[in-house]
Amino acid sequence: MSTENLPGWKDLPAGGLILEPGNAENLETGEWRSSRPIHDKQKCINCLFCWVFCPDSSIIVEDGKVVGIDYKHCKGCGICARECPPKVKAITMVPEGE
Amino acid sequence: MAEKKALTGNEAVALAMKQIEPDVVAAYPITPQTDIVQYFSNYVADGKVKTEFVTVESEHSAMSATVGAAAGGARAMTATSSQGLALMWEVVYIAASSRLPIVMPVVNRALSGPINIHCDHGDTMGARDSGWIQLYSESVQEAYDNLIQAVRIAEHPDLQLPVMVCQDGFITSHGLENAEILDDETVKRFVGEYKPRFSLLNPAKPVTFGALDLQDYYFEHKRSQSEAMKNAGKVILQVAEEFKKLTGREYGYFEKYMLDDAEVAVVALNSTAGTAKMVVDELRQAGSKVGLLKPRVFRPFPAKELAETLRGLKVVAVMDRADSFNAYGGPLFNEIRSAMYDTPGPKILSYIYGLGGRDIGPADVTKVYDDLLEIKKTGRCDSILNYLGVRE
Ligand code: SF4
Ligand code: SF4
Repeated sequence: MSTENLPGWKDLPAGGLILEPGNAENLETGEWRSSRPIHDKQKCINCLFCWVFCPDSSIIVEDGKVVGIDYKHCKGCGICARECPPKVKAITMVPEGE
Repeated sequence: MAEKKALTGNEAVALAMKQIEPDVVAAYPITPQTDIVQYFSNYVADGKVKTEFVTVESEHSAMSATVGAAAGGARAMTATSSQGLALMWEVVYIAASSRLPIVMPVVNRALSGPINIHCDHGDTMGARDSGWIQLYSESVQEAYDNLIQAVRIAEHPDLQLPVMVCQDGFITSHGLENAEILDDETVKRFVGEYKPRFSLLNPAKPVTFGALDLQDYYFEHKRSQSEAMKNAGKVILQVAEEFKKLTGREYGYFEKYMLDDAEVAVVALNSTAGTAKMVVDELRQAGSKVGLLKPRVFRPFPAKELAETLRGLKVVAVMDRADSFNAYGGPLFNEIRSAMYDTPGPKILSYIYGLGGRDIGPADVTKVYDDLLEIKKTGRCDSILNYLGVRE
């Protein structure tokens, strides 16, 4: 990880405090993923269970419909696939690199 | 108006807490600190203070609640001893690294095992690298004075660091001594109103405490924590100067007793320094040039000032009421010897003593001075590492 261009210790707020609200969005947790959820719009009934349960707010919803997955932040935990109703199974987990 | 009162160390500390009147105290009783919490909770129950007193189920929770309160912008305090401090451990580090100016009286007591409730410094010496400022107190008066100064030190904008104020379990905490107590108003004026830099309860200025901090930032945050500790020495002296104007009582990094023309000296923390002063008086009457150095500030460690002060001596014994189990002497010994490395100076010996409350009397301290005088005379030293008062 290159850290050369980040601010030095004198320029950071003391105590590891973060003064900018909502900046977790800048941390791309997506690189932690070992498998990715694939969403099938055809099968999806838009019950939004996946959106409710995703711990990283990575299910993208527009007008009450799942339109995709935010792979910059999705950690690949598989909760969405697990919570998607068994009769629907609109999300499948695929190993990264496949 | 100041007033003389006969008080135990714990009573004096609880009284100082009443006069400081922090916003929040979250504490759990543990021998020999118990009276502090008991007296203070009485003040709360009797309506003498408006402090929010949080009764917790353990010291881990006590420190957690104190950290939470401090992050919420409150002036927050707790108090502990020994196992209590051990149970607080992980949160103790979080208090310091989050730069929360918490003040905590610690009544020094041995750590288990075996189980023991009496005085040694194993508890706070164990926490010496936790990032807290540590002040040590010889007497009831010093425990009281240090606690009041600690609030100003902790909250100084350049520091924002927590402070432990240590005194010896049972010896000072339960021993009755005359102490000069300031009136409530004077203490309130001295500590002033706390204006936190950040508060979790202020939606106008949002802040995150305790975020994940990985390879990219952790080191920088630790470096800035280290710098705050480096700045602490100056602040401690400034606050002491102001306190002196108020009370006439003088405080610094350490106290020198008959040290300026001394050839041999003992270095000792807390109540043992009182015993050593008496021995110094006796030996001085007999014509021996002996002295004493009593550190008050152990964190930050005043290495430069100690080296300058000790360099002219011939032989020095550093007495540690704690073992490092490093097989090379006590913690104070090691730091003092390291501080002296670049200075041509005295021979320095380690004496570990008084573990688990083993009494340390004038005869024991006299023996140390006799050893030092003998080494000075003969130039021969059989053992750098010594245990004092243990059965062979
Ligand atoms: S795999 Fe986990 S993180 Fe990724 S979208 Fe599904 S629930 Fe969210
Ligand atoms: S849980 Fe399954 S069916 Fe429901 S919205 Fe998500 S993907 Fe669609």
